[in-house]
Amino acid sequence: MPQTAFEPWNDPAAKPLIQFRNVSKRFGDFTAIDDLSIDIFEREFFALLGPSGCGKTTMMRMLAGFETPTSGTIMLDGQDISPIPPNKRSVNMMFQSYALFPHLTVYENIAFGLRRSKMPKDEIDARVKQMLKLVQIEKFGARKPEQISGGQRQRVALARALAKGPKLLLLDEPLSALDKKLRQDTQFELMDIQEKTGTTFVVVTHDQEEAMTVASRVAVMDHGKLKQVDTPDRIYEAPNSTYVADFIGDVNIIEGYATNQGDTVSIAWSEGNSPIIGTPSKPIADGKVSFAIRPEKIAISAERPTDRNNIVHGKVLDIAYLGNLSTYHVALPDGTIIKAQTANSRRRSSRPFTWDDEVWLSWTDTAGIVLES
Amino acid sequence: MRRLTWFNATSLTLGFAFLYIPMIVVIIYSFNESRLVTVWGGFSTKWYGELLRNDAFLDAAWVTFKVGFFSSIIATILGTMGAYVLVRGGRFYGRTLFSGMIYAPLVMPEVITGLSLLLLFISIGLDRGMFTIILAHATFSMCYVSVVVSSRLVSFDRSVEEAALDLGCTPFEAFRLVTLPIIAPAVISGWLLALTLSLDDLVIASFVAGPSATTLPIKVFSSIRLGVSPEINALSTILIGIVTIGTIAASLSTKRAFMRRQREERMAEQAG
Amino acid sequence: MNLRRFSLIAVPYGWLLLLFLVPFLIVFKISLSDVALSIPPYTPTLELSEGWAGFRDFLSQLDFENFKFLATDDLYWKSYLSSVQIALISTTICLLIGFPIAYGMANAPKEWQPTLMLLVILPFWTSFLIRVYSLIGILSQEGMLNQFLMWIGIINEPLTILNTNIAVYIGIVYTYVPFMILPIYATLIKLDGSLLEAAEDLGCSRTEAFWRITVPLSKAGIIAGCFLVFIPALGEFVIPSLLGGSDTLMIGKVLYEEFFSNRDWPVAGAVAVILLLILIIPIVLYQRNEQKMMEADT
Repeated sequence: MPQTAFEPWNDPAAKPLIQFRNVSKRFGDFTAIDDLSIDIFEREFFALLGPSGCGKTTMMRMLAGFETPTSGTIMLDGQDISPIPPNKRSVNMMFQSYALFPHLTVYENIAFGLRRSKMPKDEIDARVKQMLKLVQIEKFGARKPEQISGGQRQRVALARALAKGPKLLLLDEPLSALDKKLRQDTQFELMDIQEKTGTTFVVVTHDQEEAMTVASRVAVMDHGKLKQVDTPDRIYEAPNSTYVADFIGDVNIIEGYATNQGDTVSIAWSEGNSPIIGTPSKPIADGKVSFAIRPEKIAISAERPTDRNNIVHGKVLDIAYLGNLSTYHVALPDGTIIKAQTANSRRRSSRPFTWDDEVWLSWTDTAGIVLES
Repeated sequence: MRRLTWFNATSLTLGFAFLYIPMIVVIIYSFNESRLVTVWGGFSTKWYGELLRNDAFLDAAWVTFKVGFFSSIIATILGTMGAYVLVRGGRFYGRTLFSGMIYAPLVMPEVITGLSLLLLFISIGLDRGMFTIILAHATFSMCYVSVVVSSRLVSFDRSVEEAALDLGCTPFEAFRLVTLPIIAPAVISGWLLALTLSLDDLVIASFVAGPSATTLPIKVFSSIRLGVSPEINALSTILIGIVTIGTIAASLSTKRAFMRRQREERMAEQAG
Repeated sequence: MNLRRFSLIAVPYGWLLLLFLVPFLIVFKISLSDVALSIPPYTPTLELSEGWAGFRDFLSQLDFENFKFLATDDLYWKSYLSSVQIALISTTICLLIGFPIAYGMANAPKEWQPTLMLLVILPFWTSFLIRVYSLIGILSQEGMLNQFLMWIGIINEPLTILNTNIAVYIGIVYTYVPFMILPIYATLIKLDGSLLEAAEDLGCSRTEAFWRITVPLSKAGIIAGCFLVFIPALGEFVIPSLLGGSDTLMIGKVLYEEFFSNRDWPVAGAVAVILLLILIIPIVLYQRNEQKMMEADT
């Protein structure tokens, strides 16, 4: 039986928890956010992804209340939150530096927000203990932040931000300070906790792996604008622009001239090579296009393949061996370099291709994306 | 280049000898039976006894402590506010004047500060006494507190304050519950500095003191003018002793706290 | 600007305006007044009750007579010059003594550095008055210095050091040397040792490396230390009073005596104004240096 996927953004009846309506934020001459509108729904694990300076941190700080929009409105649960100061919003933040209070114990750090809300003492105690259990640091309640490790501090920061049961939790580069192994484990734990508590998470990150792993939807940002907002798989397989295609993962981008021919387009891109046949996701006019194809969608072989339309021939220029994968940089006669990636699925085979080998690269009609230039 | 050459070692030894020998001489001679510096009359603590019986000195000491206590507290509060305004206040009307006024006493000759304050008190008809000294000391020492506290504020991680706001504090609560405890060491150093400056001040006190309120430095100064007095040696030794014990104690406790924290951090990383 | 922010700024600001700025204005006003046998011993006094006419009358009685007096009377301009000279010489000696100490501290093994710092800070916290006093016992005719010199045979008769300018130099250097050591030490500590190694690697001798690399890079600290000594030394009062002679002319002492002994407050005011004007240049230069140091750090 097909499982109902979690897709409130596709449900016309769903009411968004957060709404940005034509929000702009300017700092003097600099425009950090440019006429941005987006809906974020309850229980989403939403990622804001982009390079430094793209505006993602500003968006988050506006949600937290540390910045106010220059124009436009931000609604939380149907209410305009601009006039509400940060201490009165039902939004809590997990800071990149964790910002734990050094003079308070772990217990007191977590209890801090609860004490401000005038909860009865025994309820506070129960809630703090519940939080300590949730992030698995029950034994460290009496310690001070300087007495615990970096990974433990991160958990305290998370527990402290969740203690008040906010409608929205903001996470500022939550995994950036952790080493790779710890990062992978923590990613899954975060997703777990999000599901368990049912809180809406908005994560800000520049690490695309992080965003793709945890998020239900990813918003790719550039210079204050949203480039694409979609589920991770659609962002990866169906980017709507060369910027998004290039930002996420590795990609080959080939510029050419497209001519429609029924279902497919024929892209003339290089004199010495036959045109690329591709299938555009939406109707595209004849003219300049960019063809984007992921390296793992390109097959590499020693003999000329016979069953595909898109075939090119070249020499292996460079090999990036990553243990589980190998990326071959193949130079075509006209100078273009195409990256092809294969899994090293056989353990003991000698490397199939080596530098300066003559190879054939091929891909199917639907392997790549045709994008407007 | 972290190499201790002969040159370095000699200059350090000579340098510290230069700094300490005069004080050591005073300490030794405070135990001298004879009045004269030239003659060693044998070990005696009689000058300490004389000192403790000298009412004038004791009264002056009491006044000095009172003035020191009150002026340093006022200076600490004002100086911390001033530091906060300078580091966090952003732009406001008259900011350059404010920062100029705060830092001026650092480089102003005391005779000018003293003279100007006395003239103020006279023109508003305020009688000179302990109160005027307290006002004067608070004014000139607040800038030292500002310097100490503002250098701490500059390196302060503001995300902790934002976290406090995020969790429900009003801005004043955030200051009281989070910022203040964290900058407390700097505030306390500033307070100690203001206290020391007040206890030690001669020039400004001379200008603004009244007949009823003589501070210890004023008394000591006039005593010295009359010649070397062994009671002053005893007093000096006591003060040097207090400062030495205080400084060593403070540095030992910071060192111990530092070592303890390092040990705990190491244990935490190992426990993972 | 909301009320909270306003009061945070207003309280220290108001205090300083009242107790720092206004007094200075009064000093300036007095420097333009005449001495009088009254309480207060100067005239004119500003009677606010007499309104605008009284104010104009007040202004008309002010003059620069006191400044003219200062310019013509030998005592004053000699004192200014002498103060500048004494302050300059003392600052130089302080630098010559303080720099090697700071350098030694910076090169000492890391474990010793906190202790050495402590040894420098301790005199700093000890009473200024007591430290000057301790020099009296040493520099007097029967004092330790003379006894020591005679004992090792350099001199036969005790030198008169106390109550001369020499004693003032020694006094200023002795009391202010921690102010010279600390900024220089702070700068030297931040010096990257690998720069000196690079210099030696490229052919410098140790002394050359010192003069070409260490000294220029510690310039900011040296300048800060010099200002921290020169500026207060210029207006010093205690040291010339206790250690100097009657012919030691320092402007701080002159101002004090003008005020208390001669009871000529207007002239004292004028002396103060001129002293401030002289000091403005080094003060501004000092602030600029501090600014540069802060910018270099970021």
